[in-house]
Amino acid sequence: MSKIFVDKKAYEVNPKQNLLEACLGHGLDLPYFCWHPAMGSVGACRQCAVKVYRDENDTRGRIVMACMTPITENMLVSIQDPEVKDFRAGIIEGLMMSHPHDCPVCDEGGECHLQDMTVMSGHNYRRYEFRKRTFRNQYLGPLLNHEMNRCIQCYRCTRFYNEYAGGKDFGPQVLRNLVYFGRAEDGVLENEFSGNLVEVCPTGVFTDKTLKQHYTRKWDLQMAPTVCAHCALGCNTTAGERYGTLRRIVNRYNSQVNGYFLCDRGRFGYEHVNSARRIRSARARRDGQLADIPKAEALDRFSSFAAAGKMIGIGSPRSSLEANFALRALVGPENFYAGISDAAHRLLGEMLAILRQGPAPASLLQIEHADAALVLGEDVTNVAPRMALTLRQTVRQVWLDKAEKMRIPRWQDHAVRELAQKDHGPLFVASPYATRLDDVATETHRAAPDDIARLGFAVAHILDSASPEVPGLPEPVRAQAERIAKALQEAARPAVVSGVSTGSVAVVRAAADVARALAKAGKPVAFALAMEEMNSLGLAMMEPKPLGEALEAARRGDAQTVVVLENDLYRRAPAETVDALIGAAAHVVVLDSLEGRTTEKAELLLPSTPFAEADGTVVSSEGRAQRFFRVYPPPGDIQDAWRWLADVLGLLTRPEGLSWKNLDDLVEAVARTFPALERIRDAAPRASFRIAGAKIPRQPHRYSGRTSMLANIAVSEPKPPEDPDSALSFTMEGAPVEPPAALQPFFWTGGWNSIQSVNKFQEEIAGPLRGGDAGVRLIEPAAGSAPGYLNTVPAAFTPRSAEWLVVARHHIFGSEELSANAPAIAELSPKPYVALGAEDAASLGAAEGAAVEVKLEGGSARLPLRIESGLPRGVAALPAGLGPLDGITLPIWGRIELTR
Amino acid sequence: METPLTAKIRPDGEMIDLAAYERAGGYQAARKAMQMAPQEIIEEVKKSNLRGRGGAGFPTGQKWSFVPLGADAPRPKYLVANGDEMEPGTFKDRVLLEGDPHEVIEGMIIAARAIEAERGYIFLRGEYTDAGQRIGRALHEAKEKGYLGKNIFGSGTDFDLRLHMSGGRYMCGEETGLLNALEGKRANPRAKPPFPQVSGLFGKPTIVQNIETLCNVPHIIEKGAEWFQKLSLTGDGGTKLYGASGKVKKPGCWELPMGTPLRELLEKYAGGMQDGVQFRGLLPGGASTDFLTTEHLDVPMDFTSVAKAGSRLGTGTMIILDDKTCPVGMVHNLEHFFAQESCGWCTPCWSGLHWAEEILWAIETGRGTPADLERLEYICKMTAPGNTFCALAPGAAEPLQSALKYFREDFERHIREKRCPWRDGQ
Repeated sequence: MSKIFVDKKAYEVNPKQNLLEACLGHGLDLPYFCWHPAMGSVGACRQCAVKVYRDENDTRGRIVMACMTPITENMLVSIQDPEVKDFRAGIIEGLMMSHPHDCPVCDEGGECHLQDMTVMSGHNYRRYEFRKRTFRNQYLGPLLNHEMNRCIQCYRCTRFYNEYAGGKDFGPQVLRNLVYFGRAEDGVLENEFSGNLVEVCPTGVFTDKTLKQHYTRKWDLQMAPTVCAHCALGCNTTAGERYGTLRRIVNRYNSQVNGYFLCDRGRFGYEHVNSARRIRSARARRDGQLADIPKAEALDRFSSFAAAGKMIGIGSPRSSLEANFALRALVGPENFYAGISDAAHRLLGEMLAILRQGPAPASLLQIEHADAALVLGEDVTNVAPRMALTLRQTVRQVWLDKAEKMRIPRWQDHAVRELAQKDHGPLFVASPYATRLDDVATETHRAAPDDIARLGFAVAHILDSASPEVPGLPEPVRAQAERIAKALQEAARPAVVSGVSTGSVAVVRAAADVARALAKAGKPVAFALAMEEMNSLGLAMMEPKPLGEALEAARRGDAQTVVVLENDLYRRAPAETVDALIGAAAHVVVLDSLEGRTTEKAELLLPSTPFAEADGTVVSSEGRAQRFFRVYPPPGDIQDAWRWLADVLGLLTRPEGLSWKNLDDLVEAVARTFPALERIRDAAPRASFRIAGAKIPRQPHRYSGRTSMLANIAVSEPKPPEDPDSALSFTMEGAPVEPPAALQPFFWTGGWNSIQSVNKFQEEIAGPLRGGDAGVRLIEPAAGSAPGYLNTVPAAFTPRSAEWLVVARHHIFGSEELSANAPAIAELSPKPYVALGAEDAASLGAAEGAAVEVKLEGGSARLPLRIESGLPRGVAALPAGLGPLDGITLPIWGRIELTR
Repeated sequence: METPLTAKIRPDGEMIDLAAYERAGGYQAARKAMQMAPQEIIEEVKKSNLRGRGGAGFPTGQKWSFVPLGADAPRPKYLVANGDEMEPGTFKDRVLLEGDPHEVIEGMIIAARAIEAERGYIFLRGEYTDAGQRIGRALHEAKEKGYLGKNIFGSGTDFDLRLHMSGGRYMCGEETGLLNALEGKRANPRAKPPFPQVSGLFGKPTIVQNIETLCNVPHIIEKGAEWFQKLSLTGDGGTKLYGASGKVKKPGCWELPMGTPLRELLEKYAGGMQDGVQFRGLLPGGASTDFLTTEHLDVPMDFTSVAKAGSRLGTGTMIILDDKTCPVGMVHNLEHFFAQESCGWCTPCWSGLHWAEEILWAIETGRGTPADLERLEYICKMTAPGNTFCALAPGAAEPLQSALKYFREDFERHIREKRCPWRDGQ
């Protein structure tokens, strides 16, 4: 640590930070625009000017930009010097020269960094009296609204979109006071992280178009800390509600997980909560039709089915640990099945076993800090999107390290980029098809899943000859494996990423062997396995039985009642299999929040809560248990699935049902039952947690209209709903003290109304939140454990005549079930298709767009052909989770014929 | 009086070709340099006290000495000749580029040897099409002869030199903006440090040097630092290409000893003011320098003396203001240029210069107020060196702040009379 003096007061600061970071980190108010904690400094806006002094005798000092100034021991700084204050006032006045002052009609108003900085810098009246520059705005797609007239030319958008996220279809145009940030022409922004512009832009140039459909100011939002429901990374988010509708998602900083950024699926997928297809009351089948019934009747029916016995439960990777556990308790562990395909179940089980033996699953932060990476068979951008943004930073580490050696600080962003140019650290991407990371890959490898596994095993063998050899490897592949192994070996902190994309156990094992070989060589390897759903790993940790066995049980007559927890089984197995399972049961009970193919088959349908109305704990693919909290009380009879199940247990007078009063009781039960889940207790404080005797308010201190917002129904202000499950309240009242990170409902502090206020909650800038980031890691293999190799090298892939190996191709927009119900995401989802390589398409005599018949075991469909030149011969691809064949587990061999 | 830089230039305006250049003693310095170690060349240039002729006047030898030398240095290293002569009123590099392109090339060959650069670019102002053709021809001739390319002069070292025609922005003349432009990016300036000598073109060690500066190098190597020092009347070594434009009798460009007094330039070489007009002031070194007036006419035109007088030598090519030209109009014209050429990167520049331009036009068209003058002074303060990202805005402020000082009465009269006395007739 170094000591500096700011306005004569001494501060201990991290010498690797710049002066702006040091000042902000100590809570000093210094306005800024172009600097961003994750993107570093470029010195464009000149807003963070301070004075530095040569020594005590220097009374004049010199104006410098704090963001561009390294820390020196005992440096003398002034923020309050009148001359530099006047300079900052002049800068904001210049920035605001053409700003439209349209705060009342601007979506950013009330949480606008530009507003905050304007107030902080003391600029009140515009003195510029000439014609303002005006711009034409662009259509940028369904996610973002564009209002360029508000722009202050801070360059943050292009720095994020082009430089940080690798976007190509956007950038600065023109010069002087006329710089225009946009696309060459109107059109949907192509980058999967474009939504971050909402937060990156300090003003209202880029705003959330989905929020605009049901606009509410930040101060009027009731907010709660939640966890993204759209993949397994567990990005922390803040969700906001008003009048019973979910209004938007913003990033909730977690230094280990998502940092400052989300993917567009995570930010804009929330609108399934507001869907017209929401199930809002219990329903029972009468005369073949589902009709609303009272809650009590639903519980009676459910408990009568349960009392009759022979009940099985099908759990869900998109349900909390608590919900799955309650189902397991109701039906008994022997009757609790995984609500995923058997192949997915096997793969997930394999991944869990691998992670438990080690290397431990890496956080996104660890992956970001890696200096070389192998992505084996994973389409990261489409399965675990936020990790792709991380990997784009991983490839920069080599040059960040080099820059540091040349005494260019890591935060001096453009200097590091100018030094690195287009060069980047080693990244190898093996996939059956092109991926969105290929543009920063050192090398790519296109192959069928088994051949990708063989490449991985070959790399592991080169790294450590104790791992199995790959027989019959073609020379070019062997040479490539050598290059990959060399790069990983030379790296100080290599990363290995794989996951569910190929659906191949062999690929995951090969990745594990590479990671293990590196660990054995003493490397701190960052190992990550991408998974699809919010609680994929948590479900696996509860040891459910495979779904296939549920069908057998049903056929045996052991499944008189099938309880389906928050799951569309038609996405998990071919329709005929699901129909057989449902057909064999006398009663089908479904708990879910959205109507779907499975809910249509229910005899009894119970409305459960989507994430924004639910409390629970989930385990991310990092093995991080995180709690999410409801934003608003579920309306009407809707309640958490675990509560429905606990109610039934109560009616049955089972001890669990009688003792489970709130979420903490469930958490406790889960922790006691599964030693591996014991630490979920620590994922967040209990419901009894108080600060100065008070709960933590979900409503901000400026929440308006609370006495009048329901006055059209009743003029007396209703009593705020109770929340028995958490230490959060549905009120404005509470201690003005920052809560633990896991309970942080929103970032907001005096003078800092925008999301930039997160600076004020960190131990140091871009460091952990004070008191520690949210969540607890559950999977930490014992140090020094040396797991063996997985010795399962598959045979080389051989194309078949007239048959193709059909692999799944994930799509960030469309493949994930819940977000596909959000209109903006649905608009970006591809239409169903089948893809073939150019040669295979030619051999079939089919052109792009031709109708082809795809015949798979379990279903057939006519689909348009998409030609993807990268696909290997003998391999076809179907979009995962969408289209008529979405229930068939891939990869699978099938026939593809040109429709005559 | 020796005029080494321009001595070989043909009076008919045609370029001197390789054969003629060599007949006149050309490329002897390059041959000599091939026998010298890089350090020796740098030392000689340091001793000569050659200072950069692009405007900033940084000692050339010292600049070169920051480039890492030897086997461990990053490769390739680059030498870039800055021929993006876009400073208003400046046309001195053009004289050299069009008249003696081989002198530029020879200077670059020697400079490249000094910093062990294997690649070079001549970054040329887009409008300098004649110079572009001549440089192109000279490059071809030099390559044919083995003076450029692989194993130059049989020395075992390579120097690949290419011509790049600028797309055309004032910002491209700023050395780091130039580097970005050369890389195909927006011509925004780069932060310093790191300096281009360490991380320049394509992230590699790079020297960016003005054309006139480079043309001095062969003569220093050929005749020695001591000879070069003696060319000058003052401490800054060598000769200087001075120029004059405005209502003088003989506008032009002349190579004269460094430190030639202003009065001599104005009266002897530029022939004094045209009949019927009076001298009011001048910008001594291009548009981005402070005005000097009658009281400064005895100032020797070198870096130190002009700075002492409150301006900068800049490019050494002056723009002269006369009493029949409105100073407000002139400054508006200049600020219009600077505002237009701002790259839009840093706030004081893109907002301040635009505002200044608007105010000046308001004053010039009779809409000014006394508060406008304070605002202009404030903009000059906001754009002071260090407050902005690069030197464009501080340069733009120089004629404005000095005009407010020396011609304040003219500004006030515009405001008082709500008109431009020159525009509307006195």
